Amino acid sequence: MMSANHKQANGTTTLGVLPHGKTARVVAVGGAGAVARRLMEMGVVPGAPVCVVKTAPLGDPIQIRVRGYDLALRYTEAQTISVCAE
Amino acid sequence: MNPAPALPAEPTAPRERARTLTVALAGNPNAGKTSLFNALTGLRQKVANYPGVTVERKEGVWPLPAADSPWPARLVDLPGLYSLDAASIDEEIARDVILGRMTAVVPAPDVVVAVVDATNLERNLYLVTQILETGRPLVVALTMIDLATKRGIEIDAAQLGQSLGVPVVPVVATQRRGLDALAAAVLQAACAEGRCGVGWRLSEAAERELLALAGENGNGRGTDKSVEATDADGARRQAALVELYADELPPNEARQQAVVAARARLEAANPQWWQEPLVARYDWIERAARASVRRKREERSSVTDRIDAVVTHRVFGPLILLAVMIVVFQTIFSWAQLPMDLIDQGFGALGDAVRLHMPAGLLTDLLVDGVIAGVGGVLVFLPQILLLFFFIALLEDSGYMARAAFLMDRLMRGVGLHGKAFMPLLSSFACAIPGIMATRTIENPKDRLATILIAPFMSCSARLPVYTLMIAAFFTGRKVFGVVSVGVLIIMAMYGLGIAVAVAVAWVLKRTLLKSPPPPLVLELPPYRLPSAVNIAHTMRSRSWMFVRRAGTVILAISILLWALATFPRLPKAAAQDAQANARAADDGRQASGAAGANDSAPQADDKGAQIRQSFAGRLGRLIEPAIRPLGFDWQMGIGLISSFAARETLVSTLSIVYNVGDADAQDGSNSLIEAVRNARRPDGSRAWTPLVAVSMMVFFVLACQCMSTIAIVRRETNSWRWPLFMVTYMLVLAYVASFITYQGGRLLGFS
Repeated sequence: MMSANHKQANGTTTLGVLPHGKTARVVAVGGAGAVARRLMEMGVVPGAPVCVVKTAPLGDPIQIRVRGYDLALRYTEAQTISVCAE
Repeated sequence: MNPAPALPAEPTAPRERARTLTVALAGNPNAGKTSLFNALTGLRQKVANYPGVTVERKEGVWPLPAADSPWPARLVDLPGLYSLDAASIDEEIARDVILGRMTAVVPAPDVVVAVVDATNLERNLYLVTQILETGRPLVVALTMIDLATKRGIEIDAAQLGQSLGVPVVPVVATQRRGLDALAAAVLQAACAEGRCGVGWRLSEAAERELLALAGENGNGRGTDKSVEATDADGARRQAALVELYADELPPNEARQQAVVAARARLEAANPQWWQEPLVARYDWIERAARASVRRKREERSSVTDRIDAVVTHRVFGPLILLAVMIVVFQTIFSWAQLPMDLIDQGFGALGDAVRLHMPAGLLTDLLVDGVIAGVGGVLVFLPQILLLFFFIALLEDSGYMARAAFLMDRLMRGVGLHGKAFMPLLSSFACAIPGIMATRTIENPKDRLATILIAPFMSCSARLPVYTLMIAAFFTGRKVFGVVSVGVLIIMAMYGLGIAVAVAVAWVLKRTLLKSPPPPLVLELPPYRLPSAVNIAHTMRSRSWMFVRRAGTVILAISILLWALATFPRLPKAAAQDAQANARAADDGRQASGAAGANDSAPQADDKGAQIRQSFAGRLGRLIEPAIRPLGFDWQMGIGLISSFAARETLVSTLSIVYNVGDADAQDGSNSLIEAVRNARRPDGSRAWTPLVAVSMMVFFVLACQCMSTIAIVRRETNSWRWPLFMVTYMLVLAYVASFITYQGGRLLGFS
């Protein structure tokens, strides 16, 4: 599921497929509605550095670090967030 | 002025107050708000609910120890929230209190104290910017500074205050440091002039729309630059901002059109137009933080990371969760047993004492069998509730609860439930009541309701006496493959049946009545912290008190009703015998009621048996016999079923009355009751109970909602009779169908 076809132009990828431990910057939050808003309220806004800490034992959700704290979100939501690896 | 929905408090002129100051305590979850509240108010606090919802309303008296303080303050502890754009009921209430929309319950706060966690500054400041925008006087209480220092983060509070434009007071609640300074800052803010505000701006296009909306709203005194006019401009801009970016439209039709048109123009230019204020706030926060925060070093591996490496580990994580579950479960089961027995015996003794000292008659019966038994039936749950909330508070405060949700989310989502539904459901194996009360952490009302509706399928401890009696009567001594006892297998099957049906029902509910997309998961994994004993004690106290007060009244009423059903109409002969027996007992100079009770039990039990057969409950039992015959039950079991709707374990005591076994011998299905059950005959001489009937009965008890306390608490938590009635009905239907299939299917397969 973590294949290369998620890779987009100029080093942009999505948060769901970002390798663990690698820091990237949020480029855009693509989703709409309450979940997207909540993610942004929690600090996942364009320009913020994020990194994926780990994946839950059953493969979902994932744990990310943003603004110095840890947040759990599901793979589906993570895929709506484009990031640019640094 | 047009009353927009979120119009901030009108800027009042110098605040001369002769009344109590109202201070609201707001902050993110895990920011240390509760500790600060407890430190400021001590025990001078009370907990209630906001009207119409199950959100806890915590208030206390803050004496404001500053020397020049003329008044104590009324301190309102708001539910934890991340943002004023509410995502849950908790957040909605908190927002409404801050905006002064709950004046019927809480006066509009004179000052808001925002609790900000220094180790998580930027995200905590998001809420601060939003409160600033409302224009309410604000003071920031900066917590966890010691932890921040340990993590190499140095915060210049004065500089931060300057950047934000409001006082920032560092506090350490546990050591009571900074509390006086906080009080002084609050007093000063309460008396300060001018409106708070923020300096961030949106894109030109968006600002133009805001200006247009604000202009339409006010009367456009653009040139007047007095303080009042600037304040009024700020308030109008804020009102326009809320209208433009809120989910709902303003009530006024003309305004609606203006807002819709503005949104369309913005959306045409930028599809993500709604993100602008969020990005602007964080930009502003980053600037404020940059000026006042110095990171000495980047800590590579914090304690939390090291704990997480084990606790959410691929292999150890689930094992640790299992261990935690076993400990919680075992404790609630076994430790609660002793106090529960004591409460039970205490009320039994109280009943005996009342019987001894009051003249025999209806009033005494009502008092003993209705009121005292009812109150005892409520209080007997207290040990389990206290223990469960001890664990929940412990797991929540330490930060483990979020990890449990993180681990279990994938599984729970499969059923359409939230990871946070896991703990309440687990708790329901001990008792559904605390389990249902623990669903409050689930934000989405539909997800919460689905969890509440399936919680009673978890086999609670009250079903055990029924299982035990059935197995003792029909399945003792039998083994499969010579090692595993059939009884254990059957009990496990009953637990499994409850879980399987719960999963199926949740699946169906989430696709029909409670149709909603799978609940999103955006869950903070807070740093692990040592839980505070004071906070845990507060949680246990308030939760158990709420249970006693709210559920207690309903339970008491139902208990009296059931007593009446079993008592009326009176058996004239029995009444006379009762009186005789009592007179005789008095003559005998009965002293130790326990011993005497055992001696008298046989003739009295006979009377009781005749009475209950004659009563409404007995008649109902006969009335429903045709309906329950296909399940393998006769009318005597029907009486048991009816009375067990008070509480499941009542089946055992009712059967012992129906079969004329003495009360004292009936405890825990003693031998005489087991014999009576084995030997009970139908009118045609065949055995009333067979192994198949016993299994059918157990299946019925797994699935039916026979517990008035559960009904009462669901009524309390959902705030209507609709859901508890729905729950009782659908569970009854399921129980009936399943028992029917069990009994008839079993007969077809040749079992008896």
